[in-house]
Amino acid sequence: MGWSVAYWLKCLETRKGALQVAVIEKDPTYSKASTVLSVGGIRQQFSLPENVQMSLYSAFFLRTINEHLGVVNEPPIDIQFNPLGYLFLASEDGAAILEENVHVQRDQGAKVSLLSPTQLKKKYPWLNTDGVAVASYGLENEGWFDPWALLHAFKRKAISMGVYSCHGEVTSFTTSSTELLTPERELTLSRINYVHVQMPNSLENQPVECSLVVNAAGCWSGKLAEMAGVGIGSPNTQDEIKLPVEPRKRYVYVWHCPDGPGLACPTVIDTTGTYFRREGIGGNYLGGLSPTEEEEPDIQDLKVDHSFFQEKIWPKLAHRVPVFESLKVRSAWAGYYDYNTFDQNAVLGSHPLVENMFFITGFSGHGLQHSPAAGRAMAELILEGKFKTICMEKFSFNRFITGEPALERNII
Amino acid sequence: ASSWAAVRVCMGRPQPRGRRSATERLPVHKPAPPPASEPLRQRFLRYLCSRFYDIESLVDWSAKLHFKNLRRKNAFQGQERWFRAERHGTFNSDFLQFRDVPVEAIDLAGSVVNYHGLDNLVKLTALKSLDLSRCPNVDEWALSRLHVFAETLEELSLAGCPQVTERGLACLQQLENLRRLDLSHLPAVPCQGLLRILVEEMLPGCEVVGLDSGAQTSQEEEVPA
Repeated sequence: MGWSVAYWLKCLETRKGALQVAVIEKDPTYSKASTVLSVGGIRQQFSLPENVQMSLYSAFFLRTINEHLGVVNEPPIDIQFNPLGYLFLASEDGAAILEENVHVQRDQGAKVSLLSPTQLKKKYPWLNTDGVAVASYGLENEGWFDPWALLHAFKRKAISMGVYSCHGEVTSFTTSSTELLTPERELTLSRINYVHVQMPNSLENQPVECSLVVNAAGCWSGKLAEMAGVGIGSPNTQDEIKLPVEPRKRYVYVWHCPDGPGLACPTVIDTTGTYFRREGIGGNYLGGLSPTEEEEPDIQDLKVDHSFFQEKIWPKLAHRVPVFESLKVRSAWAGYYDYNTFDQNAVLGSHPLVENMFFITGFSGHGLQHSPAAGRAMAELILEGKFKTICMEKFSFNRFITGEPALERNII
Repeated sequence: ASSWAAVRVCMGRPQPRGRRSATERLPVHKPAPPPASEPLRQRFLRYLCSRFYDIESLVDWSAKLHFKNLRRKNAFQGQERWFRAERHGTFNSDFLQFRDVPVEAIDLAGSVVNYHGLDNLVKLTALKSLDLSRCPNVDEWALSRLHVFAETLEELSLAGCPQVTERGLACLQQLENLRRLDLSHLPAVPCQGLLRILVEEMLPGCEVVGLDSGAQTSQEEEVPA
């Protein structure tokens, strides 16, 4: 996300060299980064028009990626796109919502088809349609791709355009504040003047003077916001409203099943929330499930809990796809979601009190697929003062103050 | 530049106004006649080639011209004739009498059509046969758009497309009525033998041509049109 914003800032700047952009990267190996640990899906099937538009723009961007991110004298980018859509299955209870969502998606120009259980059975004979009332399948611009290729392409292009890459960790901010008297009470507006960056393996602490800070720290952005004084003010005022983004651990399992659904296996989202898709052509599949609030795993490390697959995922998989009864787990990994506990949607825009901190975080699992569109929106907001391509006012920080969640309507 | 060219190629195609029931038979495909290969002529050419530099490019050029005239054509329902642009990109005026007849077959072999160029074909709801062989810009994204012909398309050729990979082939599952799929000479597809099995499994009613494990050795096989 950070590299996407950096690329778009350089791309949309009015005069060459008008902006100096530095991307501060805590871990340039990306060993814990959500981007490279995601499964790399892109879908249009959201219920908020803004999200559908972001996906459509991102699909356009990925399709013409070499026109955007190609660098002279470097090999062209191949993001290994697999054009197989998402198949959402809805039970009797979720059918109406699914159909409504499909109408929203079609209004925005997405190509989504609705399938009855009979059609579903004909098209995907390996699928057990018990308890499925209706299904939706994205015909175009959906699939999965290589997250690392996209991240690397953004980084390479941004650096070639003059963005500074900085390896270090932000430890604190130096802010200056002004008091503002309103009829009701006193407001404290603050501004970040310096970002203190701790160099790796050294005690050196470098202050970086900046005019504005983009908080794209993913799951750790809540912590970073707190450093700048977001959400640590006196209670019952606007100062106490935190950035509600926290890390959540999600497991992805890879299993082998030679008699599995085969080449045409799309990303299937079951009525229970379990998802799986084909991985390569060697009979491997990957999938996972979001745990419930009560059974959220500990986020200290990225260890995988294999019993979660055995107890929670496998029974559901085997019910939906009977051939998966004889699967064999090959490997598994875990990654962090930048989980927005308020409404599981992005936070895009500046903070009302810390004037020059911009958030681009909280995507709760669809950050990678929205990164080209969201990065552009952020750059427009910074350079032009408003959104131009896609209006994302709905995702501003203000919704935490007014208490109006921008919720996705889930079909489960 | 490629998308512009693709649009130009496609804009020349008449769009049907009305529809008629698609019962008539398919237009007969005439494969490209192989270049004349009389021994005498070959020997003569070889003789010339060894002495003059330009002969090779001249031969290339005439072959290209031949193929150029062959492609860019389409056929209407119930017609055996192919219509194609004449020398200067204009169409013979007698195709105007087929204004209300749906287009049934399109031969875009060797053209630069890409994802955006397919926009021009989307309205052809009776299309039964589409030849995209040797199209350098047909990739996964373009293949994923073929679902618009899912109801009607029976014949598809992707032979010799350098950008078609196993990832793109997976989305052909949407084409339920496909009877014949030509996948010969796909250089970007790995494990061709395995993939052939997977494609046949995915499209049970479809005859798959090409994609043999021994395909690499039988290069002489002529690409069917």
